[in-house]
Amino acid sequence: MSKYYLTHLQELESEAIYVIREVVAQFDRPAILFSGGKDSIVVTHLARKAFYPARIPMPLIHIDTGHNFIETMEFRDNLVDELGIQLIVGSVQTAIDKGRAVEEEGINASRNELQIVSLLDAIEENKIDAAIGGARRDEEKARAKERFFSHRDDFGQWDPKNQRPELWNMFNGHKRMGEHFRVFPISNWTEMDVWNYILHENIPIPSLYFAHEREAVYRDGTWLPNSEFLVLREGEKIEKKRMRFRTLGDITITGGIESDADTLEKIVEEISATRSTERGNRSDDKRSDTSMEDRKKQGYF
Amino acid sequence: MELLRFTTAGSVDDGKSTLIGRLLYDSKSIFEDQIEAVKKSSERKGLTHVDLSLLTDGLRSEREQGITIDVAYRYFATPKRKFIIADTPGHIQYTRNMVTGASTANLALVLVDARHGVIEQTCRHSFIASLLKIPHVIVCINKMDLVDFSEQAYNKVVEEYEAFASKLDITDIRYIPISALNGDNVVNRSENMDWYKGASLLDTLETIHISSDQNHIDARFPVQTVIRPHQDEYHDYRAYAGRVAGGIFRTGDEVTVLPSGLTSKIKSITTFDGDIDEAFSPMSVSINLEDDIDVSRGDMIVKTNNEPEVGQDLNVLLCWMATKPPRPGAKYYLKSTTNEVMAIIKEVTYKININTMEKLDEDTSIKMNDMAMVKMRTTRPLVYDEYRKNRITGSLILIDDTTNETVAAGTIHS
Repeated sequence: MSKYYLTHLQELESEAIYVIREVVAQFDRPAILFSGGKDSIVVTHLARKAFYPARIPMPLIHIDTGHNFIETMEFRDNLVDELGIQLIVGSVQTAIDKGRAVEEEGINASRNELQIVSLLDAIEENKIDAAIGGARRDEEKARAKERFFSHRDDFGQWDPKNQRPELWNMFNGHKRMGEHFRVFPISNWTEMDVWNYILHENIPIPSLYFAHEREAVYRDGTWLPNSEFLVLREGEKIEKKRMRFRTLGDITITGGIESDADTLEKIVEEISATRSTERGNRSDDKRSDTSMEDRKKQGYF
Repeated sequence: MELLRFTTAGSVDDGKSTLIGRLLYDSKSIFEDQIEAVKKSSERKGLTHVDLSLLTDGLRSEREQGITIDVAYRYFATPKRKFIIADTPGHIQYTRNMVTGASTANLALVLVDARHGVIEQTCRHSFIASLLKIPHVIVCINKMDLVDFSEQAYNKVVEEYEAFASKLDITDIRYIPISALNGDNVVNRSENMDWYKGASLLDTLETIHISSDQNHIDARFPVQTVIRPHQDEYHDYRAYAGRVAGGIFRTGDEVTVLPSGLTSKIKSITTFDGDIDEAFSPMSVSINLEDDIDVSRGDMIVKTNNEPEVGQDLNVLLCWMATKPPRPGAKYYLKSTTNEVMAIIKEVTYKININTMEKLDEDTSIKMNDMAMVKMRTTRPLVYDEYRKNRITGSLILIDDTTNETVAAGTIHS
C-alpha cells in the first residue's frame, strides 16, 4: 500500500479543518457555539489547528441556562484564557427576567427549549453570521439530514425540506441580510470517532466525563445528578453512585451512567462495548419521535 | 484504518433499506435503544415487521409519507474500515440527490432484484456513477433466495449488466449474489451458493483498494484563506491555508500561483503538529512561500511545469437542481474549488436521457433533474482541470444571485 493515504481520523480532521476555514473565509462575523461538552471542545481544538500559529479568529458563544455543572463553567473559563479569545455569554436567566422567555412548569420542566431564545438573541445582538456547532449526523435522525452549511432564515429557523444540496467540497454561504448559517464541521464523525480523536490528540475534557462519586437519583432509566434544581418525586431517593456522563448539557436533563471508566482509554473501551446511544440519557430527546426536528426548526443548536 | 465513502440508490422494494439495516446491525452500529424506538414506532403504525427505514427517515414529512426525500448519511465501522453511506432515493425525481450522494463517493453500490434483472433505475444509477467518475461499482444481485439461489439466474443478470456497462466509463465493476433479508453473502459467505467463489459484500467493502483513487500526480492547492497572526512573535508570518486537491507538495518545490502566473518556492509546510516535508491530497495544511508575492483566496498554487487549464470558455455537464429552469442570459455565481466568478450559460449543446444515455439535441430546455452539456463563459479566468483528471478541481456549482440557492452542479469537460 502506498504511504500517501490518511487514516479515517486524519481524513475527518482534514475535512473539519477545511470546513472551519471556509467559514472564516466566507463570513464576516463567525463564532463557535461552545457548550462545554466534548463535541464543542473538539470543534474548538480543530479551529485552533486550522489557524495555527494564529489565534482562533472568532469568539466562543456559551448559552448559560443557569443550571450548570460547576465543572463545565470552570473548564470553559480556563479554555478561553488559554486560547486568548473572546467569550460571549447568552443568559437564559436574563431572557426570563426580561420576559423574553417563560420558565416551563410541571414535573419535567427544563430550560432546554428556552435556550433557543437566548441563542437567537446572542446571534442577533453580536451580528453573528455563521455559528459553528459540534452537532453530528449520527447523533439523532433529524441531524442525519443536516448540511455542513445549514441556512437559517431571518427568524433563525431551519427549513429541512428546502436545504441547499452540498456537492463535492463546495459550500454555498450566500445569504440575505439578517439571515445566518449554522455550520457543523464534525457532521461526519461518530461518537466513537470523537472519543478516539480526544484520546489520540490528548485533548483535555471536563472531569465529569470520567468516573467519579456523585449523588444522583434513578429516573427514566438514567442517573440524574442531585442539584439545587432537582425536585424529588414520590418514591425516589438520592443515592451515592460511582458514575460518569456520556454527554453534557444542562444539569437538570443530563443523566449519567454507572461506570468505573476513569481514563480516556477506559472510556473508549466502554463506549465500544456499549449497546445504547449517548442521547438515550437525554430527557429532551424523549419527548416525541421528532422532538429534535421540531426544536431545530425553531433555531435550536 | 481508512475511510470509504459509498453511495446507494434504490426504491422502496428493492431491499436497499434491508441491506443497509443489515450492514449497520451486523456491524453493531445500531444501538438497542434505537431498535427499541423503531420497534415501537412500527407497532404504532400497525406494521407486522420492524421497519428499518424508520431509523434514518428522520424528517416528519418523510415519516408521514414513508419515503426518503433527502440524502441520508449513515455511518458504520468494522475493525478494518470506517464507512460513510450516502443513501439516496432512486426515483428519477431525485436525480439531484443521487448526484449529490455520488459527488463524494469512492464507490457505488448498485442493487438489482434477481427476479427483474437490469431495469431503468439500475441504468440511471450506474450512469450517474459513471458521469461522476466513481472509481468502483459493486453490483449486488439481491433476493437470490427468491430465485432458488440459482447460478443461471445470477449469470443472466451479470450478462445483462455487462452489456449495458460496456457503454459506461467505469473501470472496476464487481458482482455479488446476495440475499439482504437472510444475510447471504452480506457479512458472511453464503452456504446456499457454493458456486459463488468471490468475497462477501462486507469483505469486499473492507478490502477494495482505494488509496490510489486520489490523483497523486498533478499537485493542486486551492487557497482558502491567508493566515497572518497579529502577534509580535510572528511579525512577518504569512501562510496560505488550504486542502491539497491533488498531487504531492514538498518543501523546496518550485510553484506557480494561478491565475497570476507568479512563481516562488515552498519554504515550509506547516501544521499545528509541526512542519512537515510533504503534503498530499486530501490533507489540510498551510504553505509558506520563499517570496512575498500576491496570493489570496481563490488562487491555486500548483507545481511549476504541471499546470491546470486557465480559461473563460468551458464545456460543462450540468445537473439542474432547482425547481425553476435557468433564466435565459442570466448570470450565475460559479463556484469552483475556493474560487467564485460570475458566469452565463451561452448555449445548451445537448441534453442526456439518463435512462437510455441518448443525447437529445432537439429539445434543449433545461428542467429540474435534467443533465445537459452546456457552453459557459465566465467573467474572469477560471483555473481548472478536466473532471476526469481531478474530481475536485474539475467540478463546479452554480448559485442563483437572486435566491442564493445552489441551482446546478457541473463537471468540466473542456
